[in-house]
Amino acid sequence: MTGPTTDAPAVTAAALALGDDALVLSHRLGEWAGHAPVLEEEVALANIALDLLGQARILLSRVGDEDELAYLREERAFRNLQLVEQPGGDFAHTIARQLYFSTYQAFLYAELARTEGPFTALATKAVKEVDYHRDHAEQWTLRLGDGTVESHTRMQRAVDALWRYTGEMFQPIDGLTATHGTDWAALQASWDESIGETLRGATLTLPETPRSGAWTAGAGRQGLHTEPFGRMLAEMQHLHRSHPGASW
Amino acid sequence: MTSVTAQDRTTAFDAAVAADERIEPRDWMPDAYRATLVRQIAQHAHSEIIGMQPEANWISRAPSLRRKAILIAKVQDEAGHGLYLYGAAETLGTGRDELLDKLHSGRQKYSSIFNYPTLTWADVGAIGWLVDGAAITNQVPLCRCSYGPYARAMVRICKEESFHQRQGYESLLTLSRGTPAQHEMAQDAVNRWWWPSLMMFGPPDDESAHSAQSMAWKIKRHSNDELRQRFVDICVPQAETLGLTLPDPELKWNEDRRHYDFGPIDWQEFHEVLKGNGPCNEQRITQRRRAHDEGAWVREAAAAYAAKHDTARQTAQTAQTAQTGQATQTGQGTQAEQAARAEQSRQAGQPGQAVQAGLTSRPAQTTAAGEATA
Ligand SMILES: [Fe+2]
Ligand SMILES: [Fe+2]
Repeated sequence: MTGPTTDAPAVTAAALALGDDALVLSHRLGEWAGHAPVLEEEVALANIALDLLGQARILLSRVGDEDELAYLREERAFRNLQLVEQPGGDFAHTIARQLYFSTYQAFLYAELARTEGPFTALATKAVKEVDYHRDHAEQWTLRLGDGTVESHTRMQRAVDALWRYTGEMFQPIDGLTATHGTDWAALQASWDESIGETLRGATLTLPETPRSGAWTAGAGRQGLHTEPFGRMLAEMQHLHRSHPGASW
Repeated sequence: MTSVTAQDRTTAFDAAVAADERIEPRDWMPDAYRATLVRQIAQHAHSEIIGMQPEANWISRAPSLRRKAILIAKVQDEAGHGLYLYGAAETLGTGRDELLDKLHSGRQKYSSIFNYPTLTWADVGAIGWLVDGAAITNQVPLCRCSYGPYARAMVRICKEESFHQRQGYESLLTLSRGTPAQHEMAQDAVNRWWWPSLMMFGPPDDESAHSAQSMAWKIKRHSNDELRQRFVDICVPQAETLGLTLPDPELKWNEDRRHYDFGPIDWQEFHEVLKGNGPCNEQRITQRRRAHDEGAWVREAAAAYAAKHDTARQTAQTAQTAQTGQATQTGQGTQAEQAARAEQSRQAGQPGQAVQAGLTSRPAQTTAAGEATA
C-alpha cells in the first residue's frame, strides 16, 4: 500500500479513529461466517464486513502501513469506539450494533461527503455502502422488533444493552471538526431522531439509561477499551505476530 | 391411451437429451431423472455451505488485511453458490427447507473433503488450489448438463470457482517463496490435502453406483476416473511451479498413456470418512445444525413480520422461501428459479447495483479484494 501522507496530526488521528471503527466492526461481522441464521444473511453480513474492511484499508493506509497498524499495535493504541468491539451476542445484538453504528456512519459520512476536506473522496464512495448497511439494519430491526414475542424481547434487550456505548459516538473528533467543520451536536440530534423513529416503528422502547458515563464518554477514542477487545486482538494478531517480517 | 402418451413423452425426452437440448422445469421428465438431479444438486448445495466452515475458521486470523478481504469474499461466494443451487433444486419442486432438513438429519450428504480440518493458514491456500481446482474439473462439464437451471447455475459458479483457485494458488506461491517456516507450512498443507482432493472425484468407475445412468441422461459427461486423471495432469506442473512436492512417490509421466501415473488411493479412508468417521464429520454437522437451530427465532420473526405487513416484496425478503411441491407442473419452477436469483442479487448487491448486476458484480468484488494491492 502507499505510505503515509503528509496529513496534519489531527487529520491522521481522525483517519485512525474512523479506520479502527471500520476494521474492528468488520472483524466482528466476519465472526458470523458459517453461523448466520439464514443463508441470505451469510451473504449480507459478509458483504458489509467486506465494505468496512475496504474502508479500513484506505483509512489506515493514510496513516501508515495497514498491516503494521492492524496487527502490531497494542490494545491501548486502538482508537475505535467501544461499540464496535462488543462481541456479536445473538443476532439481535449484531443488528442493534449495526443499527447504532451504521446510522452514525451514514450521517457522518454524508456530511464529510458534502463538505470539502481531507475525507471528501473517501466519504463520497463509502456513503453508498453505508446507506445499504443502515437499510439492512433498519429492516432487521423492524422485523425483529415487530416479529414474534421472542424476537421482540431479544431485540429490546440488545438495544438496551448497547445503549451505554452510543454516547461516545458524538465526542468530537478534532481532525474532522477542524477540516470539515463537523457539527457534533447536530449529528447527535439527527441520530437521536432517526433511531427514535426506527425503534418506534419496530414497537421497541427507546432506552433512557445513561450513555455518557466515565467509561463511555470518548473512552475508545482515547484507547480505553472493554475486556472482550483484548481477546479479539489476540486472535486477530496471533498469526501475523508469530512470523515477524514475513510477507503474506 | 395413457400408455401411448407416456411412451411418447419418454421418447420425446430421450430425443431431446440425445440432441443435447436443455430440459427445462416445465418440460416432462422421468421421475428417476428428477430424483437423481435433486439428489445431486442438493449434495452440491450442501457442500457449498458446509464448505464455508473450514475456511471461515481462518477469517479471524488471516495474516494480512488483503488476505482477509480475499477470504471473506471467497466464503461469501460459497454462500452465494449455495443460494443458486438451492434455487435450482427448487425448480424441480423441492424447497430449501426440506433439503436443509435432510442435511441436518444426515439423510443427504455433502462432499467428504470438508470433513478434513484446516490446521494452518496454508490450508486456506491449499483448499483454493486443490479443492476449488478439483471442483472446477468436476463442474465445468456440468455447465453442459441436460437440465437447464443446473447448467446455468454451474456457469456462474465455475467463473467464481476459478477466481478461488487462482487466489489459492497465488497464496500458496507466496508462502512457498516466503520464509522457511512459511514454505514448510505450505508443503505440510499440500501433503494433507492432496489425497483427499483426489477422492473428491468419487469411487473408481467400476464401483460408482450412479455413473452409467447419469451419463446416459447427460447429467454427467465424464467418468470419475477420467476427471481424476485430468486433475492430476493439471496439478503436477503447477506443483512444480509452486516449488512444492505432491506426496506421491509413484507420480510420474507415462509417455505411452500421455498422462501422469499416480499411486493407489486409500479407498478405505474414503469410505470411512463417507460413513461419518472423518476427523470433522461430527463437528461440521453440529455447527450447521446449531446455526440453523439458533437462527430459528430469527426466521420465525421474519415470517411473522411479513405476515403482518403482507406485501409481495416483504414475503420475498423472508427466510421462508420454500415453494410448493407443485412448482414444476404449474410452470412456477422457472419463476422460483428467477425469484431465487433475484433474491440472491438483491441481498448481495449494493443499493446502486441493479438486480441483474448483483450476480455478475460479485466475482468482480472477489477480484478487487484480491488485486487491490497486487
Ligand atoms: Fe463454491
Ligand atoms: Fe469456491
